Amino acid sequence: MATEATTVKKAAVARKQRTRFQETWRRLRKNRWALAGLTMIVLLGLVAIFADFIAPYGYNEQNYFRILEGPSRDNFLGTDNLGRDVFSRIVHGSRLSLSIGFITTSIGLTVGGFLGAVAAFYGGRVDNLIMRFMDIILAIPGFIFAIALVSALGPSLTNLMIAVGINTIPYFARIIRSSVMSTKENEFIEAARVIGSSDLWIIFKHLIPNSLAPILVQATLRIGDTIIIASGLSFLGLGAQPPLPEWGALLSAGRGYLRVAWWMATFPGVAIMVTVLAFNLLGDGLRDALDPRLKN
Amino acid sequence: MLKYIVKRLISMVPVIIGVTFVVFAIMHFTPGDPATLLLGEEAPPAEVERMRERMGLNDPFLVQYGNFLFGLFRLDLGFSLTTGRPVFNEIANRLPATIQLAAAAILVAIFIGVIMGIIASTRQYTVFDGGAMFVALLGVSMPNFWLGLMMILVFSVFWNNTFGYVLFPSSGFGTLRHLVMPAIVLGTAHAAFITRITRSSMLEVLRQDYIRTARSKGLNERVVVYLHALRNALMPVVTMAGLRFGVLLGGSVVTEQIFAIPGMGRLLVESVRSQNYTLVQGIILTYAIIFSLVNLAVDLLYAAIDPRIQVQYK
Repeated sequence: MATEATTVKKAAVARKQRTRFQETWRRLRKNRWALAGLTMIVLLGLVAIFADFIAPYGYNEQNYFRILEGPSRDNFLGTDNLGRDVFSRIVHGSRLSLSIGFITTSIGLTVGGFLGAVAAFYGGRVDNLIMRFMDIILAIPGFIFAIALVSALGPSLTNLMIAVGINTIPYFARIIRSSVMSTKENEFIEAARVIGSSDLWIIFKHLIPNSLAPILVQATLRIGDTIIIASGLSFLGLGAQPPLPEWGALLSAGRGYLRVAWWMATFPGVAIMVTVLAFNLLGDGLRDALDPRLKN
Repeated sequence: MLKYIVKRLISMVPVIIGVTFVVFAIMHFTPGDPATLLLGEEAPPAEVERMRERMGLNDPFLVQYGNFLFGLFRLDLGFSLTTGRPVFNEIANRLPATIQLAAAAILVAIFIGVIMGIIASTRQYTVFDGGAMFVALLGVSMPNFWLGLMMILVFSVFWNNTFGYVLFPSSGFGTLRHLVMPAIVLGTAHAAFITRITRSSMLEVLRQDYIRTARSKGLNERVVVYLHALRNALMPVVTMAGLRFGVLLGGSVVTEQIFAIPGMGRLLVESVRSQNYTLVQGIILTYAIIFSLVNLAVDLLYAAIDPRIQVQYK
C-alpha cells in the first residue's frame, strides 16, 4: 500500500515536472527568434567540436607565399600578415570564445549563486556584509575592474577567464538573492526545516532549484556579455596571447592592417556578433517562455 | 530635497572607501616591485632598498593602505612610476577627453534610443517595431571595437579611396568632426539598450487609464505620446541608463584606444602595460567615482521629476 502510494506520488511529481519543462519548451518553440538563436548556438557548438575537420588549415599554419591575400577560392576569408587562413583561425577561435563564455559564466554562477543564496537565507548581518561587498564591486565599471584584475594576475587566457568570471559574480548574487528571498517564505521550506533538514540541504535541494528560471535566463544573457568583455580585453592585448586565435585578438591584429587587408578585421567581428546575438536571442526567448507575464 | 542630496552623498562614502580598499589590495598583490620599476632594472640593490623604505613599501599592508587613504583626502594619489609626476595631475590632464567622449556618446544614445523606442512602441507588432527591435538587438550584440574598426574602414579608408578625402578622421581629438565616429561607436550599445527599455516602458504606460482619458477627450495623438506618456515612461529609462553607464565607461577605454583619443582609458592601458600600478590604481578609482556620481545625479534627477520621492525626505 505504502509503496503503491509513493509510486503514484512519484509519477505525479514526474508528470508535473515534465509538464513544466514541456510548457516552457512549447512556448519557446513558438518563438521563431529564440529557435534561431538556439539553432545558431548548436551549430557554433558543432563548429567548435569539429573545428579540426571543418577548418582547411591549422590555426597557426603559415604560408609565406600567401601573405595578406584577399578572399579567394583557397582562403575564402583571406589570409593574414603571416599567410594564415583567416577562416581557419576563426573556426578554431570558436573553441576559445565559447569556452570563455561558458567557463566565466560558470564561475560567476557558482560563486555568485552561492553567495546570493547564503545572503538571502541567513539575512541580517550576513546578507548586509555580502551584498555591500557586491555593491563595492559593482561600483567599479565591469570592464575596468576586469582590466585591474588582469593587470594583477598577468595577461593570459586563464587569467582572463578568472577576471571576467569574478566580474559576473555580483549579477548572479543579486538575482539569486532576490529569487531565494521570495522562495524561502513558502511553506515547503518551513516543512523542510521542521523535519530537521540542514541549512545547506535546504539551500541546495530546495531554494536553488526553485530559482532556476531566472538563473537560466541571466546565465544565457551573461554568456553573450562575457564573450564581448573577454574579446575586448584580448583586443587590448590583455587576454589571449598570440598565436592563439581568440576572436578579439584576431581583431586586434587586423586593426594594424585595416588599410591593406579589410578582411582581417571584418570577419572575426562578424563571428563575435553572430555568437553574442545567438545567446541574446535565446536568452530573451527563455525569459518570455519562462515568465509570459513579462512579455509585452 | 537638500536633505535627500546630503543623505545620498553620505551613502556614497562607504562604497567609495570599499572601492579604495579593493583596488589597493589588488594592486598591492600585483607582482613587480614599484621601487625597481622606478629606478630601473640596473639599480644597485641597496639603492632599491632605500627607495622601498622611502616609498613606505616595507610597512605592513594595513599601514600602507592607511597612508594611501589619508593621502586621498588631500587628493594625493602618489606619483606615476614612469614619469614621476603626481598621479592626480596625470589623470586631470586626461579626464576632459574622456568626459567629452562619454557625454557625446550619452547624447547620441539617448537621442537615437528614445526615438527608436517610441517608434517601436507606438507601432507595436508592425515592421517598424520588428525592425527597431532587431537593430537594437544587433546593437547590443556588437562589440564596439569592431564597430569602430568598421566605421574607420568605411568613412576613412574606403571614403578616401573613392572620393579622395576623409569624411571623418580616424584618429585624434579636439574638433567636432573628430568626435563624431567615437561618439557613435561608444553610444551604439547604449542606444540599443535604451531603445529596448523605452519600448517596454512606453508599452506599459500607454495601456494606463490616464492615457485612455487623454485620448478620449480628443487630444492629438502626438500630444498624448510625447507629453503624457513619454514623461512617465522615461523614469525607468533614466534609471537603467544610469546603471548601464558603467558599461559605457568600460567601452570608452577601447574606443579611446581605437581612435587615439588622449583620455583616461588610453592612459589606463598604457599604465597596465608598463606596470605603473600607482597610476592604474588612481585611474580605476576615478572611474568608480565618476560612475557613482553619475548614479547620484540620476537619483537626484529622479527625485526632481517624481514628487513622491521628495515627499519622503521632507
